[in-house]
Amino acid sequence: MNKTTKQQLLSLVNLSVGYSKDDALHSDINVSVNAGEFTCLLGPNGAGKSTLIKTISGFLPKVEGEVWFGKERIENLNEQKKAKLVSVVLTERISVPNLTVFELVGLGRTPYTGFFGKLTDTDVQKVYDAIKAVGLAKFAHKSIDKMSDGERQKAMIAKALVQETPFIILDEPTAFLDFPAKIEIMQLLLQLSRDHNRGILLSTHDLEMALQIADKIWLIGPDRKLTEGVPEDLVLSNDFNDFFERDGIHFDKHAGNFKFHKSVQKPIQIVGEGIERCWLEKALNRIGYIDSNESNDLKVELRKDDNAEIEYQLTKTGLSQNHQSIQSLIEQL
Amino acid sequence: MQAIDTKNKKSVIFGLLLFLLLALFVINISLGSVYIPAEKVLKWLVGMGIEKEKWHNILFNTRLPQSLTAAFAGAGLAVGGLQMQTLFRNPLAGPSILGISAGAGLGVAVVVLLMGAINGTALSAFGVFGSVTVTMAAFVGAMVILFMVLFLARKLKNNAMLLIVGIMVGYASNALVGLMQFFSTKDDIQAYVVWGLGSFGNVSWEKHQVFIPVITLSLLASLFLIKPLNIYLLGENYAANLGLNVKRSRLHILIVVGMLTATITAFCGPVAFLGLAVPHMTKNLFKTADHSVLVPAVMIFGAALALLCNVIARLPGFDGTLPINAVTSLIGAPIVVSVILRRRRLVD
Repeated sequence: MNKTTKQQLLSLVNLSVGYSKDDALHSDINVSVNAGEFTCLLGPNGAGKSTLIKTISGFLPKVEGEVWFGKERIENLNEQKKAKLVSVVLTERISVPNLTVFELVGLGRTPYTGFFGKLTDTDVQKVYDAIKAVGLAKFAHKSIDKMSDGERQKAMIAKALVQETPFIILDEPTAFLDFPAKIEIMQLLLQLSRDHNRGILLSTHDLEMALQIADKIWLIGPDRKLTEGVPEDLVLSNDFNDFFERDGIHFDKHAGNFKFHKSVQKPIQIVGEGIERCWLEKALNRIGYIDSNESNDLKVELRKDDNAEIEYQLTKTGLSQNHQSIQSLIEQL
Repeated sequence: MQAIDTKNKKSVIFGLLLFLLLALFVINISLGSVYIPAEKVLKWLVGMGIEKEKWHNILFNTRLPQSLTAAFAGAGLAVGGLQMQTLFRNPLAGPSILGISAGAGLGVAVVVLLMGAINGTALSAFGVFGSVTVTMAAFVGAMVILFMVLFLARKLKNNAMLLIVGIMVGYASNALVGLMQFFSTKDDIQAYVVWGLGSFGNVSWEKHQVFIPVITLSLLASLFLIKPLNIYLLGENYAANLGLNVKRSRLHILIVVGMLTATITAFCGPVAFLGLAVPHMTKNLFKTADHSVLVPAVMIFGAALALLCNVIARLPGFDGTLPINAVTSLIGAPIVVSVILRRRRLVD
């Protein structure tokens, strides 16, 4: 795909969001999302992610500036037209007794159905396809209030799918989910943007996930101007540090994640290689030691014992001890 | 295949409910303080006439209008309750939640209590004239509150706020009634209390010329709200995103439910619990949240349950007919309790 064929789905021009002109949470927002692009709106809790998302979705009035969907301004779109341009997945939990996945997803066809909302055969096929696409085929006729949060969120994504909008907005869709469910949902969304050329805007406070998946990141923080860029540029330009760092938390540029600062770090010499060394070093870091060749009186060496099992030899002021596990080693330290 | 199976099952339940409704209707007409053999009643019902003029009068002027009142009121209250529960996403909402029936009570109180206190004679003592006046007063009172709620609905964006305002309006109306009672004579208070107990027996054929058409229209209008009601299941934000004009649809729902509640309360008095309990029983029976099933189903169920309550109220032994409110509450309260208990289990 070259640059000229990219279709702009959403653009924000000099947008201010918040509750009033004098009290705007964020102003001068100038960003856009293209077809096939996965954008993450990233910021700590309380940064105003939800306010921005709600303003773009049309649930909150904007304070100033313009919101464009393709070539239409949001003010000039009635509900019907907007429903065919943008679909949303929200944080709120939907729990309706006896509402099946099929019925829920079927409601996504609302903008296309007639007066009584009856689904045609084509609609029904599309609903089943979407349910299959999000991996809920087995649960199509299961009631959503008997499903897990992750499954319910997948059903909401299927609803957004059958709405057949070029642009999908998701407000913290993974906030309540455990780690595997989070990954699953994110991969599903990534696939949607790639295979179906949908534009996706997703708000999250999960930085590591956004770094791995997003094409673009919009960084947002309290009292800071929204910063936009590809994840790697933001890492290199120290923007993550500026937005997220607090006392005791440090963004590790190499690993792309956050580390706890240890106020005092004691030197220890680590000798060895491979995966065992890597985790040994993590364990030592965790309890406040740092790898250093200058350490003379503290040393850990990875060795193979007589049975070719790994053992950790700790040398402390000239005395050596062998440990079979990292646990017994760090208990000695 | 599962979809087809459940569809068949639903048709069967629909058929059974319709049969139940018909049976209860016939039972209502057959039972009463004057014994008329059931076969004669059936013959009369299908238009074959009846020997005794007196029997015809009882059937035509007392039992038939009362049964029709019960059926239409039951259907209207139930479908009103369903719409309120869906709109406010609250299982404990009912048709009276917006203070409309409290408004009717206020209207009646003004006529019965205030007039009595000022003139020295209560209007309720005036027989037919008094009864029409009470109905009118209740309707006007309900309409005043309904318009207030509609006006607020245009201003308030949030459904929860509207719900709170509705409940508060109800409390205020009840407080005013209480105040009037304080200054009223014993007889007037008695008359007001009797109105408050509710009855399906006060709607004559003359009144039916208003009652049946208004309720029928509102019931038909409810059928046209099936799509917005289904979308409302997902809450206001999702509904708006699906292309629903949230404010306009809400207004439509409020007008329909308001008309139903105002009319039924004006003609029958406040009938408790039917509008709250029937939607829950219907949802349990059909195991669905789809309003294209629920709207017609609660109408039939509501009509049937109201007829059943009416039969119980007139069972031999309760010769003077029990207040309908006592019967509906006795049946409705346990259902509401079971709903709360079941909800709790879901949360836990």
